[in-house]
Amino acid sequence: MKQIGRELPRLEARAKVSGRAEYTHNLRLPGMLYGKVFRSTVPHGIIRRIDTTAARALPGVHRVVTGEDVRRLIPEPYYGPAFHDQPILALDKVRYVGEPVAAVLASDPHVAEQAAQLITAEYDELPAVYDELAAMQPDTLVHEELRPAGTFADLKHLQGRKGTNVALDYHLRRGDADKAFANAHRVFEHTFKTQQCLHLPFEPHVAVAEPGDERLTIYSSNQTPSFVRIEIARLFGWPENRVRVKVPYLGGGYGSKVYVKLEALVAALAVLVRRPVKIALTMEEQFYMITKHPTTFRIKSGVDKDGRIIARACEVYWNGGAYADIGPRVTQKSGFTAAGPYDIDNVSIDSYALYTNRTPAGALRGFGVPQLVWGYESHTDLIARELGMDPVAFRRKNLLRDGRPQASGTVLQDAAIGEVLDALVARIGWNAPFDRGSPTLRRGRGIAIGFKASISPTTSVAVVNVSADGSVYLYKSTVDMGQGGDTAFAQIVGEVLDVKAEEVRIVAPDTDVTPYDMGTLGSRSLYHMGNAVRLAAEEARAKLRALAAEAGLPEGTNYPAAEIFKKRYGMQAGNVIGTGSFVPSYKPPDAQTGQSDNVTPFWMVGGAAAEVEVDTETGHVRILRLINAADCGKLINPAVARTQLSGAAIMQLGFTLSEAMQLDGGQVTNASLADYKIPGIGDVPPMENELVAAEQHSGPFGAKGLGETGTFGVSPAIANAIHDAIDVRIAELPITAEAVLRALRDKAGRPLEDE
Amino acid sequence: MSARTISFTLNGQPVSTMIEPHRNLVELLQRFDLFGARESCGQGLCGCCTVLVDGQAVSGCLYFAVWADGKSVTTVEHLDADGALSNVQDAFIACGAFQCGFCTPGFVLMTHQLLKHNPDPSDQDIRHYLSGNLCRCAAYPEIVAAVKQAAKAPAAKAPAAKAQAAKAAGTSAGQ
Repeated sequence: MKQIGRELPRLEARAKVSGRAEYTHNLRLPGMLYGKVFRSTVPHGIIRRIDTTAARALPGVHRVVTGEDVRRLIPEPYYGPAFHDQPILALDKVRYVGEPVAAVLASDPHVAEQAAQLITAEYDELPAVYDELAAMQPDTLVHEELRPAGTFADLKHLQGRKGTNVALDYHLRRGDADKAFANAHRVFEHTFKTQQCLHLPFEPHVAVAEPGDERLTIYSSNQTPSFVRIEIARLFGWPENRVRVKVPYLGGGYGSKVYVKLEALVAALAVLVRRPVKIALTMEEQFYMITKHPTTFRIKSGVDKDGRIIARACEVYWNGGAYADIGPRVTQKSGFTAAGPYDIDNVSIDSYALYTNRTPAGALRGFGVPQLVWGYESHTDLIARELGMDPVAFRRKNLLRDGRPQASGTVLQDAAIGEVLDALVARIGWNAPFDRGSPTLRRGRGIAIGFKASISPTTSVAVVNVSADGSVYLYKSTVDMGQGGDTAFAQIVGEVLDVKAEEVRIVAPDTDVTPYDMGTLGSRSLYHMGNAVRLAAEEARAKLRALAAEAGLPEGTNYPAAEIFKKRYGMQAGNVIGTGSFVPSYKPPDAQTGQSDNVTPFWMVGGAAAEVEVDTETGHVRILRLINAADCGKLINPAVARTQLSGAAIMQLGFTLSEAMQLDGGQVTNASLADYKIPGIGDVPPMENELVAAEQHSGPFGAKGLGETGTFGVSPAIANAIHDAIDVRIAELPITAEAVLRALRDKAGRPLEDE
Repeated sequence: MSARTISFTLNGQPVSTMIEPHRNLVELLQRFDLFGARESCGQGLCGCCTVLVDGQAVSGCLYFAVWADGKSVTTVEHLDADGALSNVQDAFIACGAFQCGFCTPGFVLMTHQLLKHNPDPSDQDIRHYLSGNLCRCAAYPEIVAAVKQAAKAPAAKAPAAKAQAAKAAGTSAGQ
């Protein structure tokens, strides 16, 4: 009964099409109060006064809570995965427009909302800094002092550092880049920028806290229940087992629901008022929760006479907003691969995580890698064009291959970079002539590939339980947010225990019951949890065999589990528990050189090829074809894998062509689906998706993670295709019609006037 | 604001409740433990809150609950009231036309309306008709495939409840 490779519909398919799937959104508890957040209207300022009188006087309001109330309950009410820098409600200062300043509680959410609008606050405004390059100067300080969390050894030296907005600087040195640049035949240097955009899951952040006797239960739409338990317990000074975190299905995550988001606030409120508290954000409020880093990427390459890249220098500035969230990890982990999937002997990488007065930025489907691929694949294309080389031939000449060390010093293994490039070239027919369009509707083609190191070292633990009738449970804290994780894990269990995947019962994440998992993020689950699940299932299988031996059944026979239990215990009784834990080996990079021979247990590889048509009179870009190719290892479920790849590419299409948060004086001016344009069904171009034949030998049944891979190549493939069509380079996302038209007019010496 | 009593037909059953005039249809349905219509964008742009009122699709987040008085309200939960999924639901599963599932009920209801109106839609018809529904997981290619598959497999068995649901779901704005 083969389970691996089955195109099984998601286990929860029926619940989802019938509207009955369980989301935190649905939850109501007896006596529950609804919280509404009062937010800062200034980007940076000292809090002078918060007036809650009118709000408290509104009939139906139960309580109004400010940061000082929280501080009386929790003396150090700051949280965060890398830095303990984010207050549960603003204390002393506000650092961005939209920062939570107070919360109103009422039995009726409409009353809470009305009351929140009656709160006023006075601030002594401070100068604000919004740009990542400006934030490199210590003129305006977002934080007076850095507060590293202590969880990460490489951040400890930052404790108490003052006078800087740099939350983390990561440096990689391989070979001697300066010397190689001096000897290079040609040197190319470019700067690329990305915009602030955001995840926008259709189930906006929502969390409920239910206080018990010196205990708390938190129900949340969250990708990291184990982390939430640890962090909330830390805030209260409790052992982990007094905090229970339960997570049903998520209405989308994409990285927005990692670590603590609303959980600390609902927990503090619930403990203060001793009643269950629910906070559900609106779509607008998501713009004040977590976003994707805007970046500036300066990249320089030295090339020899044969067209080989001999040196590459990368400077990346990550605009992290007011609180670090996971930005320092994005800065470092993506930093490993900032020089791209090329075999370059001399590399320098400097990557900076910066505080600014914007909504915080975290990880969005790619952990920083899409911003880097945008830069290095645009740059690589420009070099090929300058050298008069075919962009594919130039890439092939410089491609990093298995067995060669990557910039960090880690040798590439099971990374099908060449195969992905070949698949794109074949599918788009790169070497065949194509219709170049008309003088005003010009057509072009572009290609781009990227790769990513996994988030390492991280731990996953799984438990497989075989009941006396042979039916099987899987306990794990990985969250199914739509990626299909539950289905894939059931297929792994089914393969090992020879049961149908759809008959495996998946127990939803509940930290009182399901074991530790670092988090559902960074495409880590199928590899890390997948390995743990496989080990747990194998242990259960071994224990079943031992039980059969105890029962006196002859070795090597294939009795069904139910018969083994019955024989051993005399009736339908007992169970067998298998556990599996997995943490890959890892060597931290050297603090000075960033070198390590083991930075990741696996590599993700993805690319895109695009054919576009540009209207030279309007700047409008039409995508005629979009081809995505990826190395996802061996496929546990090809149907789900294809949907993941395609969905990620379409999401990235939005970040490429339309999505951008607009700021005016620090205030987001387009915080709604009406003004912030995400892809709709009519925006999807003709697409093809190819999962190349590959195998991750250390993965469960040869598999590896794939949730992010489809995002890598889309943006630069389109910019490269536009360049091919109209000989104009767009170096900043998003590529709107206006941006293209401005670039065309600049080139023609007739620049468009600003509004 | 003071509540008033409204009476309406909910998924085929007559019901009455007290409701304040500022509450919307999504909140009304939650009182009946129906969560398939979900408020997401709050502006009637995403389609997650799609509900049928007298056979007409409305955005539940913009539709006042009191307007349901005297009307017939049908939600996604009614489509499999007899225990069997509709042809559209079956097709959505077969084609893998969703990931997180939060927007799916809206797409399913709108697809029923489309197929009643236009039993053999082209890709362009499908994209046009479903342009008011958004999916952040972007399962759009799979959704188009599912609609076409459902068109090829019209609702076969039609017990009373399903026929009624399909009838309600299929009476579109254009008729």
